[in-house]
Amino acid sequence: MSASAAAHRDLPRIYHKVGSLRAERRWALWTSYASLVVAAVIFLAPPFYMLITSLKTNAEMADLSGNPWLIREVTFEHYAAILGNELFLGFFWNSIKVTVLVVAITMAISVLAAFALSRMRFWGSQALATGVFLTYLVPDTLLFIPLYQIVGGLGLLNSTWGLLLVYPTLTVPFCTWIMIGYFASIPKELDEAALIDGATWTQMLLKIFVPVALPGIIAATIFAFTVSWAAFVYPTAFITTPDEMPLTIGVVSQLVRGDTFAWGQIMAGALLAALPPVVVYAFLMDYYIAGLTAGATKG
Amino acid sequence: MPADGTLAAPVSAAPRASSLQRLARRRSTIAFVMTLPLIAVIAGLVAYPAGYAIYLSMLNRRMDEFAWFLNYEILVESETFWLVVWQSCLFAVTAVVLKALIGFWLAHMLHHIPTKGQRKWRGMLLVPWVIPPALSTLGWWWMFDPTYSSINWLLAIIAVPPVPWLGEPWWARVSVIIVNVWYGAPFFMIMYLAALKSVPEQLYEAAAIDGATGWQRLRYVTLPMMRNIISITVLFSLIVTFANYDIVRVLTNGGPRDLTHLFATYAFQVGILSGNIPRGAAVSLFMLPLLAVFAFFILRGVTRRNKEMA
Repeated sequence: MSASAAAHRDLPRIYHKVGSLRAERRWALWTSYASLVVAAVIFLAPPFYMLITSLKTNAEMADLSGNPWLIREVTFEHYAAILGNELFLGFFWNSIKVTVLVVAITMAISVLAAFALSRMRFWGSQALATGVFLTYLVPDTLLFIPLYQIVGGLGLLNSTWGLLLVYPTLTVPFCTWIMIGYFASIPKELDEAALIDGATWTQMLLKIFVPVALPGIIAATIFAFTVSWAAFVYPTAFITTPDEMPLTIGVVSQLVRGDTFAWGQIMAGALLAALPPVVVYAFLMDYYIAGLTAGATKG
Repeated sequence: MPADGTLAAPVSAAPRASSLQRLARRRSTIAFVMTLPLIAVIAGLVAYPAGYAIYLSMLNRRMDEFAWFLNYEILVESETFWLVVWQSCLFAVTAVVLKALIGFWLAHMLHHIPTKGQRKWRGMLLVPWVIPPALSTLGWWWMFDPTYSSINWLLAIIAVPPVPWLGEPWWARVSVIIVNVWYGAPFFMIMYLAALKSVPEQLYEAAAIDGATGWQRLRYVTLPMMRNIISITVLFSLIVTFANYDIVRVLTNGGPRDLTHLFATYAFQVGILSGNIPRGAAVSLFMLPLLAVFAFFILRGVTRRNKEMA
């Protein structure tokens, strides 16, 4: 009797709680959307403003009376000018050349090494895996001065070949590290089955590990691509002749000159230079994010 | 670093050719050969330059004489250098704390909305991280332009007087931090979102049954489960931010009056632009002890996490 009374007494309170929970949840949802909208506006404002600037005429840019975030007269003259600029096209070509070669070298080195480190234990393999991770933590700004001397000693200053030599320090450690993680997650039964069928190590790598870990390989490739495309310290230090410059330093140092800032062209150049990584990201977002988070969540 | 197999191989027992063949077929030999390019990169392009940097930093300016710790002594006594140290620490700590807080908040907000919309939002919010920082900083530079600043235009709407973004030392410091936070917060968001998704739903259900409030759920379920990722990300970001180069180079180039220099830009200025390579090497080597401490803790966090996952 008393128990049922107690239950009755509690019921309204439970209902009340459920109601408030729903309101609370709706409120939380609104906070979420509000924060995300604010963040998206702030995060996207600079690239948006770069786009706006690159499409404005110089006269409109100099006019201080209007809203700088809006555009009255769309012009493509800055894009035409920058795409007709031999120097800029040279930057693009240098970037493509260096990036493609560095990605190829990086993937060859890191897939082979990760395969060996994740499957064949040998003397020092554990220490080497730790060493790989440690070198990933070494920032490029720590060693650019001795590398400047070394590259200079080899006569490769002011040459894209010098960049080709040093860029792997940026890409190889991380790519190897995440490939070790991906390879380690492949079940041992698969390679045992292959060994029983008489597969060699090469066959095992090419026919089992590479196909199975393909998402990891794509993620690592994207990482290597974005890092070597965006590399800034090394080219700034090693390259001073405009002909050999890749995009990042080319746009920053060659388009910005003197007091007459050609802002429309600078922004058009910067946006075009940023396009390849953004396109890769737009189409392969899931792999991109997988690669980004793999460093800490896998490994 | 010889493979264990090469030492243990019974060289004397069999005829030379076949023992060599056997050696070549050994698992550990193959593995060693496969890792050889990696070892070459690490040894030749990281370990050797690191040692070489220490040697370089002990030469005199013309690099023809060994000067021991002269460069370090000169730096420790110079006022500019201490400004660089102070500015680097201020920059790294402020930027990383802001990035971590904003990233954590956004990851939570993203986690709360229906799964269907998450992809779209995540895609938009990661854009700052995707654009090469040297190039997006150019956009910021234009937004901070003293005459044409579009940010000041927005501020004028709410009647805020124009801010001298890059002209006045403190504002220049703030500007550099703003750009770095803008660039790095998405990274934290993505890392924390991945971590949030890995927290088992049952834990929250159990907490809800026990009547935990939202704050308690965060404090006693989410944070302990994410602790390792949080510390790894923060430490990693501390290293990268501390050693940052591109944002300061493009935005202020160290000015006004050398007050926004970080270790990297200062080392660049001293070592490459002014041609005093030994002193530049010494400047960047000053980063090493701090970085080593961070790296040690990251490594500990990662091993711990691996053990948890195993």
